Amino acid sequence: MARVLIRNLNKIFNEVHAVKDVNLEIRDREFVVLVGPSGCGKTTTLRMVAGLETITSGEVLIGDTIVNELPPMDRDIAMVFQNYALYPHMSVYDNMAFGLKMRRFARAEIEQRVREAAGILGIENLLQRKPRQLSGGQRQRVALGRALVRHPQVFLFDEPLSNLDAKLRVQMRVELKKIHDRLGTTAIYVTHDQVEAMTLGDRVVVMKDGIVQQVGEPLDLYNAPANRFVAGFIGSPAMNFADVGLAVQEGAMLALADGIRLKLPPAIAERLRSHVGRQVTLGIRPEDLRVGPGNGADGCDFPAIVEVVERLGAQILLDVKVGSGTMVAAVEPSVKANVREQLRLAFDAERLHFFDRASGNAI
Amino acid sequence: MAVSEVVSQRAFARTPPRSATTRLLEDERWLAVVLLLPTVILLGLFIAYPFVDGVLLSVTDARVGVPGSFVGLQNFESLWHDTIFRTAVWNTFVYTAVATVFKLALGLWLALLLNRHFKGKAFARAFILLPFIIPTVLSTFAWKWMFDPTFSVINWTLFQLGLIHTRINWLGDPNLALISVIIVNVWRGVPFYAISLLAGLQTINPELQEAAAIDGARPWQRFWHVTWPLLLPVTMVVVLFSVVPTFADFQLVYVLTGGGPANATQLFATYAYQIGVGTGLLGEGAAVSLAMFPFLLIVVIVQLLYIRRVEVH
Repeated sequence: MARVLIRNLNKIFNEVHAVKDVNLEIRDREFVVLVGPSGCGKTTTLRMVAGLETITSGEVLIGDTIVNELPPMDRDIAMVFQNYALYPHMSVYDNMAFGLKMRRFARAEIEQRVREAAGILGIENLLQRKPRQLSGGQRQRVALGRALVRHPQVFLFDEPLSNLDAKLRVQMRVELKKIHDRLGTTAIYVTHDQVEAMTLGDRVVVMKDGIVQQVGEPLDLYNAPANRFVAGFIGSPAMNFADVGLAVQEGAMLALADGIRLKLPPAIAERLRSHVGRQVTLGIRPEDLRVGPGNGADGCDFPAIVEVVERLGAQILLDVKVGSGTMVAAVEPSVKANVREQLRLAFDAERLHFFDRASGNAI
Repeated sequence: MAVSEVVSQRAFARTPPRSATTRLLEDERWLAVVLLLPTVILLGLFIAYPFVDGVLLSVTDARVGVPGSFVGLQNFESLWHDTIFRTAVWNTFVYTAVATVFKLALGLWLALLLNRHFKGKAFARAFILLPFIIPTVLSTFAWKWMFDPTFSVINWTLFQLGLIHTRINWLGDPNLALISVIIVNVWRGVPFYAISLLAGLQTINPELQEAAAIDGARPWQRFWHVTWPLLLPVTMVVVLFSVVPTFADFQLVYVLTGGGPANATQLFATYAYQIGVGTGLLGEGAAVSLAMFPFLLIVVIVQLLYIRRVEVH
């Protein structure tokens, strides 16, 4: 077990600055997820920790050792690849044993560790098969097994579930969580799927364009996104945004836009004081919207016209037109709403998010 | 009820009847015959017919201008006692074995180099193909000059470097002559190996190398445990495609030494040519070329069986 420390990490491919000044501390036994859209530098960061990519500048520490110059084999890490990267000519047993054989473990020790890992993953009956004869989910288990047998200091996962079908992905996600709870090995997990990030991570690192946008526990990211990008990336369906102007009338602060006229409660108004007269971006999550007029006085509602009704069973997604823009509201399945119907969407003012329009930072 | 009413009110659209030819071609068995026919005709005309003709010729005493009559296995019997033929057989095996080993080793080495990223990679790849592209006769003439005792650029270089003090007679010395023709064969054959093996290497997922690196395999172990086993099927095909023409090589030796000195570089093909065309004993010449056939057949069968085994497992 060990912590991983990343200090001012940079990666420049030819002209492209893929990872910019990343600073991260992954604590011992922690499960940290790097998440972001493709090309955000998350995989490159992981590969630099693994030693598969050279470091342009900065430092990576595993335990208390700077590993910048260490080859992957000497870093005491194990990695699970997106495409499994199983050796096609070797049996499942040999695939899992390979890393131990290379490290000259005794035959009995290898056997014991492989059986143990196979037991955890439920693949004891597949040990003599070749990867070709396995389903995607089974291959994924073998790839995990190959990492488990090594008892490394750190697990690195590079989008390990993205080649599985949706149902299997959910199942493997739960299993991964269980395995981590059981072994407690420090893990860095890369994914583009924010649901995976939210469910697996003790902490989540959101990246974009090579820059860390926010680091925090899943619910912190959800409740208090640091900027507009994180707000839009975390949560599904994505947060609704509207550009509004702030004005003070008769001592009350108003957020004004086409079709929206909100009177903001004093607490929020205080926070936005310095932005009066300027354009800011208002954000509200679909699940924070409900049908029906707000509790009158604070004016926490606005008119909307229903354009599409998506019935998901557990909830209904309403695609609505608000002023000249569109929003999505996730409402109770009992709500009766028809296309082209005009209704009012209400919300609690505390659930509103505000972002500086120029910088995108939360206010 | 409702459905039948709707349907019955409209006449069905009828597709135009299909012609007899179309119907015949729709039948896959007939289509297969039609598609195979051109290949069968070509193979029959240019491979099967000459082969059968050669077999028939080898059991006659035909000479240039004389149709000849059936003599049974007499030609093969006289070959059995022919010391030059025995030399040719031995030379051919040495020539094929040594050249193949070097071509494979050098070709694999080049392929591994070309599989890395470096500046000017595209140029290097094109450049390496040169010996393969230049007509053999043309490039062999260039080699003939390089091996010339008086004008040899190789001798000159070795002399200037102080490594030799007398001229080496590359093609005149019986031992050196065979080595020399092998060198040229290797030079000409390496590009084929390099490019084919490179294609094979590129089908191997680079993530496997990374996985092996993390698993603790050193570069040599990664090659031995991962790359080589996965490249083996391709290697076997490449070797198969190379051994057969090397075994039956003619142009190169014919241009360089003509089989000399004193039959030191005589191969199956050159000897067959010498007997059949040079001396005019068509029957015996055919017998010499046909004697290659069993060897090649064994090589092909063994390798095809091996490839099948590898592919199945």
